[in-house]
This record gives sequence, C-alpha cells and structure tokens, in this order.
Amino acid sequence: MLYREAGQFKTTYAADQQLFPIRQDRIGVITLLLIAFIGVPLFASEYWFSAILIPFLIFALAALGLNILTGYAGQLSLGSAAFMAVGAYAAYNFQLRVEGIPILVSFLCGGLTAAAVGVLFGLPSLRIKGFYLAVATLAAQFFIVWCLTKFPWLSNNSSSGVISTQQLIIFGHELKTPTEKYLLVLSIVVLLALAAKNLVRSSTGRAWMAVRDMDVAASVIGIKLMPTKLLAFAISSFYCGVAGALYAFCYLGSVEPDGFSLDMSFKILFMIIIGGVGSIMGSFLGAAFILLLPILLDVLLPFFAGLFGLPFSSATVSHIQILVFGALIMFFLIVEPHGLARLWQIAKEKLRLWPFPH
Amino acid sequence: MIKTCKPVLAAAALAVAMLSQNALAAEEQFFPMTSYRVGPYGANGQSFYGGFIDYLNYVNLKEKGVNGVQLTYEECETEYNNAKGVECYERLKGKAAKSAGPIHTMSTGISYALIDKSAQDKLPLAMMGYGRTDAVDGSVFPYAFPLVTTYQMQASAIVKFIKEKNGGNLAGKKIVYLYHDSAYGKEAIIALEAEASLNKFQLVQIPVAHPGNEQGAQWLKIRQEKPDFVIFWGWGVMNQTALKAAQKVGFPRDKMIGSWWTGSEEDVVPAGESAKGYMAATWNVAGKNVPLIADIEKTVYGAGKGNLSDKAKIGTILYNRGVSAAVLSVEAIRKGQEKYGKGKALNGEQTRWALENLNITEARLKQIGATDLLPEIKTSCDNHEGSGKVKIQQWDGDKWVPVSGWIEGNKALIHPLFQASAKQYAKEKGITPRDCSKEK
Repeated sequence: MLYREAGQFKTTYAADQQLFPIRQDRIGVITLLLIAFIGVPLFASEYWFSAILIPFLIFALAALGLNILTGYAGQLSLGSAAFMAVGAYAAYNFQLRVEGIPILVSFLCGGLTAAAVGVLFGLPSLRIKGFYLAVATLAAQFFIVWCLTKFPWLSNNSSSGVISTQQLIIFGHELKTPTEKYLLVLSIVVLLALAAKNLVRSSTGRAWMAVRDMDVAASVIGIKLMPTKLLAFAISSFYCGVAGALYAFCYLGSVEPDGFSLDMSFKILFMIIIGGVGSIMGSFLGAAFILLLPILLDVLLPFFAGLFGLPFSSATVSHIQILVFGALIMFFLIVEPHGLARLWQIAKEKLRLWPFPH
Repeated sequence: MIKTCKPVLAAAALAVAMLSQNALAAEEQFFPMTSYRVGPYGANGQSFYGGFIDYLNYVNLKEKGVNGVQLTYEECETEYNNAKGVECYERLKGKAAKSAGPIHTMSTGISYALIDKSAQDKLPLAMMGYGRTDAVDGSVFPYAFPLVTTYQMQASAIVKFIKEKNGGNLAGKKIVYLYHDSAYGKEAIIALEAEASLNKFQLVQIPVAHPGNEQGAQWLKIRQEKPDFVIFWGWGVMNQTALKAAQKVGFPRDKMIGSWWTGSEEDVVPAGESAKGYMAATWNVAGKNVPLIADIEKTVYGAGKGNLSDKAKIGTILYNRGVSAAVLSVEAIRKGQEKYGKGKALNGEQTRWALENLNITEARLKQIGATDLLPEIKTSCDNHEGSGKVKIQQWDGDKWVPVSGWIEGNKALIHPLFQASAKQYAKEKGITPRDCSKEK
C-alpha cells in the first residue's frame, strides 16, 4: 500500500531514466540523506562517530569498490586491502611532497595512483579467470605490503614504516572534531556511491555485466574485453584507494603497511558476499553487518551474561562473538545466497503486492 | 512460587549490595584497559594483563586502594587489531573522563593510532618498551610515555653488553642483526647503525618475513657470514624457529642475544633443548623470588580474586612485566595524589603530570617488594623514558637467570636521534613544542 507505483506515470525519457524511478524510493533516499547529514550530527555521540559511523562509511566505500570489480565485472579479487594501502600511502606522500596541495586533491591523487596500480595487477585478468585470477590478485596483496616496508622513501624514512597522517585542512579550516570528519567522509562516500550507481547503469556498466555473465558472448556482440576489464580494475581500485586514504586520514590517523593485511581483504570480500554481490546498496548493508555486529554482540553479551549471572570475561565474549559471527554467515549463505540486498528487494516486491504477497 | 522468587530476590539483594558498595567507595581511580586475550598474541596478553589486574586488586585488598581511592578497571578486547583498539579506546574514553590511569595497549600499532587522539582527549598513554619511541621527547608528545626503556636504548645496551664480554673492544667484529621485517623489527636499526660506526664493528642486517616460521635461507647466510654475535629481534612463532634453526646450523646459542619480546617462557619452552644458553634482554626478572610476586599470589589468589585461570603463569616474564607496568601506574597515581590532594581520584591531565614527574628509587622499589622487577625510574618533561636500562638474562633450560646488572644504553648517542625524529613529527603535524625548562 505504501510502496505502490500505481499512478506514477512517466511522460518523458528523463523521468524514465532517473536514478530512482519510483517516488517512494526518492523520498526514502532523500530522508536518509537528510538524517545522515543533519540528524546524525545533532544527536550522535563522539563514540558513534569515531568508532562506528566513520569506519562503517569507509568500509562501505571499499566494499563498493570491490563490488564494482567482482559483483559487476565478475573479476574475483583478493587485493582490496592492498589497493587501500596504495591510496593511503599515496595520499600521504602527495600531501608531504607537493607544497600546498589541497587535501581533497591528495585523496583524488591517492585514488588515481591506486587505479594505476590496480590496472597493473588487472593485466593477468586478460588471460585468466575465476579462482586463478583471485590468486593473481593475491600477489598484489603481498607485493604492495612488502614494497611499502622495503622502500623507506614511501613512509618518509620513518624508522618503523608507520606513517602519521597530516592535518585535514579544507579551505583554510582544520577538521578536528569527529563530527567534521564524519561529514567529510559522508560527503565523499555519497558522491562516489551516486557516481557508481550511475556508472553501472551506463553502457560501461552493461558491458561489465555482459563480460561477467559470459565473456565469449560479450566479445561476440562487440564488447572489447581488454578495455572493459581493465577499466573495471581501474575504477574499483580508485574506490578502494580513496577508501584507504580516508581510512588513514579520517579514521586511524596513523597506519602501517601490516595493517592492510589479507585479513582486511577477506573482510571486504565477506562484506560484499553478505551484503549482496552486484548491488550498490549491498555494499553498505554488508559493511554494516560485518562491522556493527561484533560491536553489538560486544555490548549485548556482557549485558545478558550479567542478567543470568554468567561469569563472562572479555575473552569469552570475544570467542562467542566469533562463533555467532561464523554461524550467522553460514545461515545467511544458506537462506539467502544473494545477500542482504536481495532480502531487501524481496521485501520491496512483497510490499508492492501487499496485502496479499506471495 | 518461592522457587521463582528466589533468583529475583537474590538479584535484588545483589543489586542492593552493589549499590551500597558503590556508595561506600566514594572515590575510584579508573583504568581503561584495551587488552587482548584472544587472537594471535592472546597468550602474551593473558599473562601481561593478568599480572596488571592482579596488582590492582592487590593494592585494593592490601591497602584499600591508594590512600583510600579504589582502583577499578574495565577491559575491552582488541585482539591486537588496530581498528578494534581504536573502537575500544573510544568506548572506554567516556568512563575515563572523570578519572584515568595510564592506558597500556601493549601494541605498537594501537599506540600509534592513539597518540594523536589521546593527546586531544588529555588521556595519558603508556608504552612500556614499545610504541612510538621518539615520544621520549615529551616537549612534542606531552601525553605519550615510552616508559622504562625503548628499542633503540635496548639495542645500544645489548651492544654495550657484548662489548664488555669482548674486553671492551668491538673493532673488526661482525654482528648479525636478525629481525622481524615489520615496524617492530626495524625500529632498532637506526641505533645499531649508529653503534656500528661508533664502535667500528660490521653490521649485517638480515630480515625475516612475517610470521617467521621459514628461516632456512637466513641461517644459511649467517653460516656463511660467520658472525661473532647475532642480535635477534623476533616475534611470536619466529623465536622458537630461530632457536631450532641455530641449533641445526650449529651456531652457539650463547652468542645469540634477543630483545625483550623474544625472551619469555612462551618463546623458549617450545624450542626445548635448543634454547639452552640463549640470552635475551629484559627489564624485569622472572620468578617468584621477587617478594611482591609471592605476596600477590598469597593475597590475591588466597582471596580467590586472581585474574589468571592458569596459575602456572604466575612468575613468568610476561606476568611479572604486567605487574611491573601496574606498579609503575599505581606509583604514578600516588605521586599525583601528593600534588592534587590525597584520597582524590586523578583525571587524565593530572595523571599525565604524575607520569612526567615520576621518581621511583631503588629504596621505594624495595619497600613495595619489587626489587629488580623494574629499574629505577626518574622521568621529566624532556625524558619520558626515565631509565633506559635493561638486564641480560640467560635460559638455563629450566628458568631465566639474570647474567648482568642493569645496563644503560648509550644515551648521548641515542637520545639525539629521538629529538631529531620528534622535531620532524612536530613540523609535519604543526605542533609547537613545549618549553621543557618551564615545566616543573
């Protein structure tokens, strides 16, 4: 009843092609953005900003990057964390070595550097597919981390390889509080997410999906495989690179190469699997699930333990967390292999048929 | 009916008891604890934080807190993961606003991530034997304390020990530096290079990739090089592997000297016979010979309030290290109360002052029963390290035996390196350093 398109007529091509063709969706997205931009800064506490919302947005961006590559273009990659590292270190070095460069330009350059590196490691994708490609991108994971520890120039000769990021100054104003940092991250993520949403609807996005579904057929209908695949690698790495720069500058403030480990790549991969492969919204849902669930359990478990008088130490909680987490991942994969985004889609379809969904 | 009521009644009684207890304990000193007991280094965290918490409870039991101020804590599991560490810090920060003891992360990565944040929030960060070592210069890092000693001073002290063993001369000798190829392993290089050019020995650097369970090539190289000594900066599984590999290529273990993170029971016991004779630096002795450790076992575990489930860990290197960290933190609270009022909890800013004005003498350590648990410490604004001394200990196949007194690294050589690095940091971050001559 609430979610019904009846009566919404599209009389122009522009109306038919818009990003959210259904009025309810438009209202929903605008409300969500208003809440995120105005409501949240009014009410959220510092803990929420710096420990939950900022990392959530950053990982959602990284998951979005991987989703473009894996979900839309069908190229499995295990190097997302490495591309994040490239973005972080590149942004740091641009900021350090180019006099007076604005921080946002540094982020952009970090993303572009990551894109260039991504293309380099995407080259094998022209010959190999699937699992074999995943292993080839694994090389990026190891090589880049090694490279960052090996060449001290990249970390400004820091004795330990750890970099400490510069101040965030935008138009002469230094961003210090978590709220300001959150708004910066949010703006960048919203912009890039809208860009991605548009991109996957464009001819490029359709070419990616054609390649994903069957690359022989795609090349038969005239899609050039090489540029299509490499473009997917470039754009995906760009997103990961920007996410990496934000991770270093707006979240941790100091990063080391070992921090961008294979574990993190897997985490991002789980995000898109849980959230939904080949869905922009899935990246956000997945990031929320993977990041927020442990924190939620961390808060809830001791509370329930206290209620029933169980002797839970923080270690026990941590173990139970891992257990529950594993079980939930299995549950989701069995019940809905297409992820949370698919669940959302089903919910919408049922709403359209309401009150008699089937 | 009664049956269902019983738990409710019990809960209510408990709640009342807890409330009244809270009402009685007017002042509390809160220790935010970003600890880890699971994950790859969980075993180390268990011993360290077990010791730390046991000492806090010991002070509560023995003297009813510091001048009547109860010591409380809350743990948050970081799993040695930087991002989780930040999350934990943010979670505990609210509670630490009123009163805060020093935060011990026992992780270089997490400390790096917290340095700027803690300075902004005015919460003191203690990094005993790890972390950002140039924070020794307190004029740039007011809230960060690499207490007791740093990697660079340790490396320098080890070189001094080797030099003394060699009759005071190292010229023409060859020393291999075998290290974990990470931030941790690389910290000491700068100090060793400075020592090499000063003492005219040849330094051969051999990195081992994480996690370090494959060292065949490295030990082949060591055999070719025929070094006089191997200085060893290992981590986790890498340590036992190195000891076994040394035995395989026939390198004498008593020519191998490790850093303090390679010298715990967890490192040598799994290596078995091949660890015998191996030496490592440390700033705290192992064993229950220290009166304080024996007393903790009696008092805290006697009252059933011990933190460790595995009592065999009491008296191990890492357990004693946790106790020494707690001793230092509690002494800081005592010092702070002298200035800001006895019987009052200290906030972060006050604890910071206390950490910067510590003076723990040999006599005071003896009073606590902690002789040799840690060296004498005297901190100041321009010296957040406060000591720079280590002991060398040797594994006799059964226990660690100290084989030297306190050795201080070459401060005149190493501390200027810290100042230079801190200056660079201040420039990058746009920090105006404090004038230390105006601090008191």
